[in-house]
Amino acid sequence: MANLQTDFLGIKSPNPFWLASAPPTDKQVNVIRAFEAGWGGVVWKTLGSQIKNVSSRYSAVDYHGSRVMGLNNIELISDRPLDINLREIRECIRLFPDRAMIVSLMADNDRNSWHELIKKVQDTGAHGIELNFGCPHGMTERGMGAAVGQDPDIARMVVEWVMEAATIPVITKLTPNVHSVVPTGRASVEAGTNALSLINTIQSVTGVDLDTFIPNPNVGGKSTFGGYCGPAVKPIALKMLTTIAQDPVTSKVPVSGIGGISTWRDAAEFMLLGSTTLQVCTAVMKHGFRIIDDLCEGLGNWMDEKGFGVITDFIGRSVPTLTHWEELDLNYHIVARIDPDKCIHCGLCYIACEDASHQSIRLTQGQPYNEYTIKEEECVGCNLCKLVCPVDSCITMVEQRVGPEYLNWKEFQRRGLPLNDH
Amino acid sequence: MIQNNRLSEAEYAANFSDIHPPFETRDAALVDANRCLYCYDAPCTKSCPTGIDVPKFIKQIVTGNLKGSAHTIFESNIMGGGCSRVCPVEKLCEGACVYNLMEERPIPIARLQRYPTEKAIREKWPLFERQVPLGKRVAIVGAGPSGLSAAHVLARAGVEVTIFEKEPKGGGLLTYGIAAYKVTPEFCADELEYILSIGGITVQYEQELGRNLTLKQLQSQYDAVYLAFGVGLARHLDIPGENLEGVIDALKFIYSIRADGYPAVPVGDKVAVIGMGMTAIDAATQARRLGAKEVTLVYRRTQAEMPCTEAELDIAKADGCRIVWLAAPKLVIGDNGKVVALICSEMELGEPDASGRRSPVDTGRTITLDVDMVIKAAGQIPFESLVEAEGLEHKNGRVAATTNIPGVFAGGDNVNGGKEVVDAVQAGKEAAAAILKFVNHG
Repeated sequence: MANLQTDFLGIKSPNPFWLASAPPTDKQVNVIRAFEAGWGGVVWKTLGSQIKNVSSRYSAVDYHGSRVMGLNNIELISDRPLDINLREIRECIRLFPDRAMIVSLMADNDRNSWHELIKKVQDTGAHGIELNFGCPHGMTERGMGAAVGQDPDIARMVVEWVMEAATIPVITKLTPNVHSVVPTGRASVEAGTNALSLINTIQSVTGVDLDTFIPNPNVGGKSTFGGYCGPAVKPIALKMLTTIAQDPVTSKVPVSGIGGISTWRDAAEFMLLGSTTLQVCTAVMKHGFRIIDDLCEGLGNWMDEKGFGVITDFIGRSVPTLTHWEELDLNYHIVARIDPDKCIHCGLCYIACEDASHQSIRLTQGQPYNEYTIKEEECVGCNLCKLVCPVDSCITMVEQRVGPEYLNWKEFQRRGLPLNDH
Repeated sequence: MIQNNRLSEAEYAANFSDIHPPFETRDAALVDANRCLYCYDAPCTKSCPTGIDVPKFIKQIVTGNLKGSAHTIFESNIMGGGCSRVCPVEKLCEGACVYNLMEERPIPIARLQRYPTEKAIREKWPLFERQVPLGKRVAIVGAGPSGLSAAHVLARAGVEVTIFEKEPKGGGLLTYGIAAYKVTPEFCADELEYILSIGGITVQYEQELGRNLTLKQLQSQYDAVYLAFGVGLARHLDIPGENLEGVIDALKFIYSIRADGYPAVPVGDKVAVIGMGMTAIDAATQARRLGAKEVTLVYRRTQAEMPCTEAELDIAKADGCRIVWLAAPKLVIGDNGKVVALICSEMELGEPDASGRRSPVDTGRTITLDVDMVIKAAGQIPFESLVEAEGLEHKNGRVAATTNIPGVFAGGDNVNGGKEVVDAVQAGKEAAAAILKFVNHG
């Protein structure tokens, strides 16, 4: 089986799966259970100023019978005394010396506070520090969390303070609540951060209770914007991850990927787009630590199938294939094909194409089963029918190039070629 | 020995309780509702004689719009509640569900349909409004599925409807001709009340065409007449011994279960039921549930030709009924005028007949069943002498949907010879449309 051993800035872990800074990592009893279950490392829930939490704290988005497609929280950083946290961190390291112990930090916004906090954490024997520049609620009002991460200049300043005191690797965690994560990422790298992690949660309102008219989560009749995470945010995280992996400055440091990672498939995708380690939270909040077994086994089996011996064999491999739109080949053309033997006559491809795409599917009435066939000359190769089809491999997209050579938009314009016929 | 009152009250209650329990909670309904693919031009809808938009009503369960869901069902089929209990869905909507083509369990459409309709009926949701009165009056003969379906459409359109029903209760076959464990008497009463709650429909009970009513009277008093009196005469076996004490027709047997109450209905120790249609199954299972020790279903063809569904056959088997295939009743033997045995000819399958099914051929061998009761469920025949007497043109007792008398329409079993409840409901809708056209434009 493939070797899942991970080396992140010299921080070793038996696999790339870390628990993200969050409730599952806020105390010894959880972290020990996680390590016993097989997690490669943890990012201890953010330590910093004294805070007070509210009740309730979470709300979720369910979709079509599936609970918690997205999770939103208004919980703040650790509300436990610093001394207890530090003692427990030290104990966890002693009990599981082969696991990665990263501690998330968010000090008050001055140099001394950061230096003091870093020294205390380093004394525990922790392997790394993660800077929480992303918390979108509660802390921003006090000039911390996302208030730092949203301003590259402030982020640069804080990272510089941190690097003055840090003797262990520093990971800067980026907030997605910006138009681009790259400016803060660059500022942090230029200020000396050893690595980046992303994304933190996305500001959100998950919904409004249609009986009380109060948005979720309800805290005594009021609500507040919370941080959104879970499977729903994965595509956004992957996009932001890619921009970091493609930027000449930020791509110099390793990345720990975060954002809706629930399965080994998600993990492999994050790694293909540049993540060295993966941080998981929502999936554990829903199902518990036991999911680590399939994360490791699934990733290992996939690596075996693909011939990857170690994770560095494929980290970042897909990054170069994400390009600008104008670089795409206009001569590449595909058309849908429906396998009549697999078709179950549900008509979902037809109505999607008819109402929302290019009216490229022919309906032949039957009792009770209609027949559906592709009008190849009308099909633009958009994929919609294939996406809505409930039967695996019933609709395939078949390549029918328009021209033999690669032709992008810039070249197309230069040659003055004609636009689509309508 | 044939006797009544064989069981305790608790045993009767258990034996005749609802066989298809509804979803207990919304979450339970959602597990199946969420599986629905929401097909376009859906095969389930196309396989429903009333064309209920199944994907739509299921989607409405998912979104929590239960009133909309019930409205979607009732708009196509005002007896959607009753049909969800009695439809042979494996031959209709569920049989057409595309999941069958994936070798997967189909969506339990009937059970899902029951969920919003039951709530609507229980909570008396007023889902329909009557149009302004048209000043037209229509008489309907028969308060069965077809008559009620037509009445509801007409009432919605602003017509004043009077239904004449020969029985003391409405609902027709649902109330009197189907196993009580499928549609309980309470449900039948509630469904009827819900249908009538639209207003504009009066039911006059114990009024029977040919007895205390004539078509001429109705024609003179109403702008149009809809005949929906069904079929109802049991087909004779025409075998010796058919008139012995202990030979009863299944319709009467089921009727008395529904009309007289379970303890009042006598049943034998050993019962033979002749036939393998839905009525035969309902008679056989209910004979068992009334306390018969042995029940044997006798059918002259094989399982491949049986008219009932697999699901119905499974109920009979689960109730412990024995089945003898390829056996045609030949003779009922009596002792002191009472049944003691049924002798059947052993059959084998020969050439296909007019129905396309291989017809049974007598082998000359016989089998003897020691029974003290024989229930005949060999089909129903139309009220031929009635329609003849009322001057209606007919074909072996079956009349046309548009009869030979202007302003007199017909539909349901008296036109089609006896099909499903859902077919009767559709016939009622179609008749109502024709009647509206007639009363508005002549």
